[in-house]
Amino acid sequence: MVPFSEEKLAKVQEIIARYPEGKQKSALLPVLHLAQEVHGWLSAETMDYVASLLQIEPIEVYEVATFYSMYNLKPVGKYMFEVCQTGPCMINGSDDIVDYIKQRLGIGVGETTPDGLFTLKTVECLGACGYAPMMQLGKHYKEHLTREKVDQIIEECRKQAGQLN
Amino acid sequence: MGVKLLLEKAHVEGIRSYEVYRREGGYRAVEKALKTMSPDAVTEEVKKSGLRGRGGAGFPSGMKWSFLAKPEGVPRHLVCNADESEPGTFKDRYLMEFLPHLLIEGLIVSSFALGSNATYIYIRGEYAWIPDILEQAIAEAKANGWLGKNILGSGFDCEIYVQRGAGAYICGEETALIESLEGKRGNPRIKPPFPAVKGVWDRPTVVNNVETLAAVVPIINMGGEEYAKIGVGRSTGTKLISACGNINKPGVYEIDMTISVEEFIYSDEYCGGIKNGKRLKACIPGGSSVPILPANLLLKTAKGETRYMNYESLSDGGFATGSMMGSGGFIVLDEDQCVVKNTYTLARFYRHESCGQCSPCREGTGWMEKILKNIDMGKGKMSDIDLLWDIQRKIEGNTICPLGDAAAWPVAAAIRHFRDEFEWHVKNPQECLTRNYGLAHYADPLVIPA
Repeated sequence: MVPFSEEKLAKVQEIIARYPEGKQKSALLPVLHLAQEVHGWLSAETMDYVASLLQIEPIEVYEVATFYSMYNLKPVGKYMFEVCQTGPCMINGSDDIVDYIKQRLGIGVGETTPDGLFTLKTVECLGACGYAPMMQLGKHYKEHLTREKVDQIIEECRKQAGQLN
Repeated sequence: MGVKLLLEKAHVEGIRSYEVYRREGGYRAVEKALKTMSPDAVTEEVKKSGLRGRGGAGFPSGMKWSFLAKPEGVPRHLVCNADESEPGTFKDRYLMEFLPHLLIEGLIVSSFALGSNATYIYIRGEYAWIPDILEQAIAEAKANGWLGKNILGSGFDCEIYVQRGAGAYICGEETALIESLEGKRGNPRIKPPFPAVKGVWDRPTVVNNVETLAAVVPIINMGGEEYAKIGVGRSTGTKLISACGNINKPGVYEIDMTISVEEFIYSDEYCGGIKNGKRLKACIPGGSSVPILPANLLLKTAKGETRYMNYESLSDGGFATGSMMGSGGFIVLDEDQCVVKNTYTLARFYRHESCGQCSPCREGTGWMEKILKNIDMGKGKMSDIDLLWDIQRKIEGNTICPLGDAAAWPVAAAIRHFRDEFEWHVKNPQECLTRNYGLAHYADPLVIPA
């Protein structure tokens, strides 16, 4: 585990300053987001580090990290496809999108490709019902998905990963 | 065209920026409130307006504000609920993405009314790009003197902070949201005490939905009485409806609550009719928690009267033959959709989102999901339908927060109105895997359950 950069530590202080004195635990969700940005997931070691930053007990971090669906408790691929499958997306064909991604990437739901590039996850309603079917990819939503659009997204991710290496 | 109060300027180019928003008349409500009104006078206008909470419960907002305890020397807080997670609902996202300054303006006026010097916007974690938009708007507002110390020389100080959640539907429930804002699991609190007395950090707190707080801007600009003239009866003002499902024009629409459901679905100004020329089968008119209605009961009430898009008309007939306005998440199902499968995905959603505190909800949602999945897959028994009915009844009203009710109602309504479709799944285990029950339901004359 790599500790936070100076910049990130300053950000933590800025967040803590939003709350009344002694209520720095309120910064827990935002700080866990910061930690996940660095590591891609939250190891026990990372959570202990966050606990020390906020001067709270490690258990207070574990119970929160395990409650919220956005925190990854094990390593995930560089690109995580989080496909919504709740009612409004289902009636607009999200099952087909999930099946197609499985077939294209050769993985099941909850699995990561052997090259560590892609993880497929199904999620519950993300508030994009009018633009269904959809998925979350990192910070943004990919909406009005079709098989062609999925192909495009996979290509873009591969290209971007290639450039980064 | 109906009256537009919130989205009137949504299509003005550059409205997301401070300059354009201000040029278009933005921040007039802050000027009016802080320069010419007392905090109590602002609350009084909101009371007069008849504004009801736009998050789903429909509780009168002015009354909620008047419950706020004001003990000497104890800070109070306004918290904006931007946790929008009810399936079918995506209206707050639209407001925040395209009209961030409208929300900020509403927050400043409301904070002034309530005496909140530190106001928080709690936004669902998945809307990960929106905090940047809001923080930009907050910075612009501050740079122009609308936030910070002694705003407009009124002596009122206010800061607004954005807090991201991390994926939990339950945090839309106000006490779960407060727990989450304190850095804890989103477990709803037992009430009383209510947040108005003991909220975030045990301080008096008001939690309001994004749309509710945005509506404070036109209320202050035009006056509560004028606002109350729009709409009908106790459904005053305008309401944002997020329409989705099998319609030609999904999206966010502002309605003045006097139009009929039929017009909303078929008019080109709104949903534009059912996609691919199909027929309307059913609709969940107010977000996934509210009862699903078959087409005949959706367009007309059980008494045969036209049903309108407002709080009273949508709930006409109670749960036996009516539904609810809820959050305004309008989900339309065409003739090819399977009610059993749709109900199964919703039951799965609620099982996933139950916080696990109360056993009826924690266990019951899991049971309902499993049984519905079995029926959907052609593995159900006739007795499962009665079992489902029994389980939902035992969840409803037996939990700390309304998530239990929200999980029970869609299952109850699906069985109430589409029992024959469930029975068909049980009787035709092979066939139900390859085709849907379709519209056969409507061939029957309307039967009103006793």
